Amino acid sequence: MSGITEPRSTTKRVLQANIWLVYLFFYAPILVLVIYSFSDSRNVGAWGGFTLDWYRDFGDSSAAKGALSNSLKIAVVSTIVAVVLGTISALALERFTFRGKQVFDALLYLPIIIPDVTMAVMLLLFFSEAANIFGFSKGFATITLSHIAFSISFVSIVVRARLAGMDDKLEEAAVDLYATKWQAFRHVTLPLIMPGIIGGALLAFTLSLDDVVITEFVTGPGWTTLPVYVFGLIRKGVTPLINAISVVMLVASMGLVALSLLTDRARGESAEIE
Amino acid sequence: MTATLEPEASIDADVATPEFEAAREQQKRRQGLFMALPAYLYLFVFFVIPLVIVIVYSFATRTRFGTELSGWNIDSYRRLGDPLVRDILLRSTTLAVITTLICLLLAYPFAYYMSTRSEKTRNLMLVFVMIPFWTNFLVRNYAWRVILGSDGPYSRLSEAIGFGEGRLLFTNVAVILGLVYGFLPFMILPLYAAIERIDGRLLEASRDLYASGFQSFRHVLLPLSMPGVVAGSILVFVPSLGAYVTPAILGGAKTTLLGSYIVTQFLSARDWPFGAALSFVLMAVMLTSTIVYFRKGGRTL
Amino acid sequence: MTGARCERFSLGEGSTGGFVVTAAVDIKGVTKRFDDVYAVDDIDLSIADGEFFAMLGPSGCGKTTTLRMIAGLEFPTMGSLKIFGEEVGTLPPNKRPVNTVFQNYALFPHMSVLDNVSFGLRMNKVDKTTAAKKAHELIELVQLSGMEKRRPSQLSGGQQQRVALARALVNEPKVLLLDEPLGALDLKLRQEMQGELKSLQRELGVSFVFVTHDQEEALTMADRIAVMHNGKLLQVGTPEDIYERPANRFVADFIGQTNLLDAVVEDDDMIILENGTRLMAPNPLPPGTKVAMSLRPEAVDIGPRGTVPAEHQKTSLEGVVESMTYLGHALDYTVKIGWIDLEVRADAVHAEQRFQPGDEVAVWWDRTSDWVVAD
Repeated sequence: MSGITEPRSTTKRVLQANIWLVYLFFYAPILVLVIYSFSDSRNVGAWGGFTLDWYRDFGDSSAAKGALSNSLKIAVVSTIVAVVLGTISALALERFTFRGKQVFDALLYLPIIIPDVTMAVMLLLFFSEAANIFGFSKGFATITLSHIAFSISFVSIVVRARLAGMDDKLEEAAVDLYATKWQAFRHVTLPLIMPGIIGGALLAFTLSLDDVVITEFVTGPGWTTLPVYVFGLIRKGVTPLINAISVVMLVASMGLVALSLLTDRARGESAEIE
Repeated sequence: MTATLEPEASIDADVATPEFEAAREQQKRRQGLFMALPAYLYLFVFFVIPLVIVIVYSFATRTRFGTELSGWNIDSYRRLGDPLVRDILLRSTTLAVITTLICLLLAYPFAYYMSTRSEKTRNLMLVFVMIPFWTNFLVRNYAWRVILGSDGPYSRLSEAIGFGEGRLLFTNVAVILGLVYGFLPFMILPLYAAIERIDGRLLEASRDLYASGFQSFRHVLLPLSMPGVVAGSILVFVPSLGAYVTPAILGGAKTTLLGSYIVTQFLSARDWPFGAALSFVLMAVMLTSTIVYFRKGGRTL
Repeated sequence: MTGARCERFSLGEGSTGGFVVTAAVDIKGVTKRFDDVYAVDDIDLSIADGEFFAMLGPSGCGKTTTLRMIAGLEFPTMGSLKIFGEEVGTLPPNKRPVNTVFQNYALFPHMSVLDNVSFGLRMNKVDKTTAAKKAHELIELVQLSGMEKRRPSQLSGGQQQRVALARALVNEPKVLLLDEPLGALDLKLRQEMQGELKSLQRELGVSFVFVTHDQEEALTMADRIAVMHNGKLLQVGTPEDIYERPANRFVADFIGQTNLLDAVVEDDDMIILENGTRLMAPNPLPPGTKVAMSLRPEAVDIGPRGTVPAEHQKTSLEGVVESMTYLGHALDYTVKIGWIDLEVRADAVHAEQRFQPGDEVAVWWDRTSDWVVAD
C-alpha cells in the first residue's frame, strides 16, 4: 500500500504546530510534577530548592508502603489469573467453534466498554449480597476478584489479535510433522503468541495498578491500595508527599511501557525453542 | 480418539464414516466450549450476576436502614426527571460532548500527520502517544491539580502575563482539561489505525479529479476514516460521561457530574436503588452507542 | 521414523499377498462434505509407489481437500483411504507416514533452519545427535549447507521452499504431499525448481503427490495426472492421455488451449457439425450422440482456399481470417468459420504465407489430431 502523501506547506505548518502542541500537552504536566516532587517547600506549587525529603517521607510512611505492597500483591495475582483465563478463552474463540460462542464473544467485550463507575456499582452490590449470604469480609479477595473480572477481557482481546495474525497452517505443519496437539501448542503456538500474552499481562498489570473506583467500592475496612490511598490524600488536600508517591507510580508506569515496547520489538521473533 | 489432548491415544484406524466425522466435529466443539468455560463462568459470576443485581436493585425501595428488596417500584427512574438530577445529566452530557469534540479536533490532524510520516517516525510518534496512555490515570489528573492549584505554575504564569490570578481549579474548564488530558490517547490511537489503513492513492486520485484539499478531506479522507472517528468518540465519550476521578480532583462542589453523583449515592447518601438506576442508565447509553457502532459496520474498538 | 510405525505400515496387504503390488495411496469412494457442499464427491484413486502424481484443477475443485485428507488434516465424510494397504481414514496427521510441503511453506518463523528441519524427528523422539545428523544431511541434499542457523525470514523464496522440502523429507515419508509447492515463486525460479523436484523424486523413489492449478506444471512434471472439477474426478492418466485424449469437454478445455466444435455423431468415422458440415472423426460413440470435437490450435494448418491436400479433404473447413496476433515464434489467427471462431496457431518461421484479416482461407488438420468428447 502506498502511504498518504505529504500535505502542502501552509497546511503542513499548522499540522506540525498541532503535533508539538499535543506533545507539550502530554508531557509538560508530567514534567512539572516530577520537578516539584524534588522541591523543598511545603507549598506544592512553589520551588524551594532541591530535596529528597518527600521520597524519604514515602519510605517512612508505613501506610503508604502497606498500600503499595497491597497494590502489588493484587496486581500480581489478578494478572496471573487473568492471563491464564484470557489466553485459554482467546484460543477457544479463535480456533474453535462451539455453542454460545457469539454470546461469549459479546460478553467478553462488555467489561472493556462499560464505565468504571458502573462496574464498581455492580461489584459492590454483588459482594454485599454475597457477604450477606456467605459471611466473608471484603478486602484482598474481593478486590482481586474484581480486577480479574475486567482484566480477562483485555488479555483475551490482545492474545486473540496475535492469534488471528498467526498462520494457522503452522499448527497443521506441526501435527503433520508428528507433533501431538499438545506439542504443537507447546512448540509452535505458544512461542508465537507469547508477545501477545506478555502484552496482555502488562496491560492487566497496569489496569490493576491504575484502578481507583472499583477498588474503592469493593474494598473492606483496613484494606487499601496505593491509588486509593493517594486518592484519599488528594481529596484531603495537596501535600508534597503525594508528589513523591505520584512520581514513583509514574516511574513504575514508564517501566511497564518500556517492557511492553521490548515485547513489541520481539514480535515475530521470539525465543528459540530447545 | 483423535482430537484429544492426550499425547498417545491412537488405536487402529477405521474406514471413515459420517458418524465418525460427526463425532469428531462434536468432540472439537466440546473441546472449544471446555476451553472457553473457565472465563465464561468467571464472567457469568462476576459480571452477569452483578449486572442483574444492579437491575433488581434499581427497582427496590430505600428505607431508613438501607435497601429493602421488596415493594418493587420505578421511583428511582422517576427521579431522573428531578430538576437537580436533570441538571447533572445535562451537565455531564455537555461536558462529555465538549471533551469528545476537543479530542477529535486535536487528534484528527495529529493522526493524519502521523500517517504521512515515514515508518520509523510514525513508530516513534506512536510510542510517545502510548506513554501517557500507559501512565497512571490518577497521577496524570493529579499533575493538573498541581499546575492549576493556588500559587502553582498556572496562576504564576497568568499573573506574570498580567491577567491577574486566574482561577481554573474546581471549574468545569478544569474538569474538561483533565478529561481531554486523560482520554486523548483513546482518540488518537483508533483514528491513526483508521487513517493509516487508507490507500494514499485515493487522495491523490481525488486531487487529480480537481478536488481541493478541503474537498478531498471532506469527500475521501473523512468518510474512509469514519470507523476511527466513531470508535475514538465512543472511547472518549463513554468514560467521560461516567468520570469520577477527574471531577473529584479537579472539579468543585458545584460541578457534580454523573459519575460522582452515582458514587455519592453509594458511599455517602446510601441510596442504593437510585444509584443502581443511574448506573443502569449510564450503561444503557454505553451499550446503545456501541451496538449502533457495530451495526454500522464498525470493526473493532 | 520410529520403529513401531515402520512395522505397522509394512504389514499391509501387499507384503502378505506376495505378488500383489500395493498402491502407495489407495482411495475408494471418498467423499468430503462441508455442510451441504460436496468438496470431494465419491472419488476412486490409486497412486503407485514411486510415482510423481499431480492433482490438477481450478481452485475449489477439491484437489487440496483430497490432499489434506491424505495428510489427515481433514477427515473424509466417508470412504476408504489406505496408505500402503493400511487404512488411515480416521488417523490424525501425526499418526500417518506422510508429510506435507505446505502452500507458502508454513515454516516455523521462530525456529532456525536446522530446528525447522529436525522438528519432525524431535517430535518422534529421535535422539538429538541422530536428529541433528539427519537434518544436516537433508539440508545438504537441498543445497542449503551453511544456512542452518538462519531464520526463515532471512531466506529467499526458493530457499524457503527447499527448507520446506527438507523438513518433510527428513522424516522419510512413504508419500510426500505437496500443496502448490511452486505457487509462491517467480517464473524463472519455478522452472528451475520443477526440474529439481523431479530429479529429487527420482533419486529418492518416494511417491510425490502434488496439487497444482497450473496445467503446464502438471504436464511437465507428473507421471500421471488426475483432473478434478467440482469435487469430481474427471480423468486420471499420463500427460499424453490428458492432453491428447481428454475424457470430456471440461478436461479438453481446461488443459491447454483448444477449439471445441459442437457436433452430432453420424457413424464410427464421421460427425456432423451444427451447420451440417460432415467431418471425419473416428469415435466409438453411438450415432446421434451429442459431442464436441476438440482441435488444438497448433494441430491446424492454414492455407489459401483450394490448397487443401487431398488426404485432408474430409478434415478441413473454409473461413475468413478475422484477426492475426504476432507472437514472435508463432502467429495466432482467429478464423471465422460461419458460426464459430477457430483459433489457429501457425509456426512463424516455416509459414509459407502470412494472412491478413479479411483473407479467405482454408484450414485443415490430420485425422489423428482431432478428438471427440461426449458432451
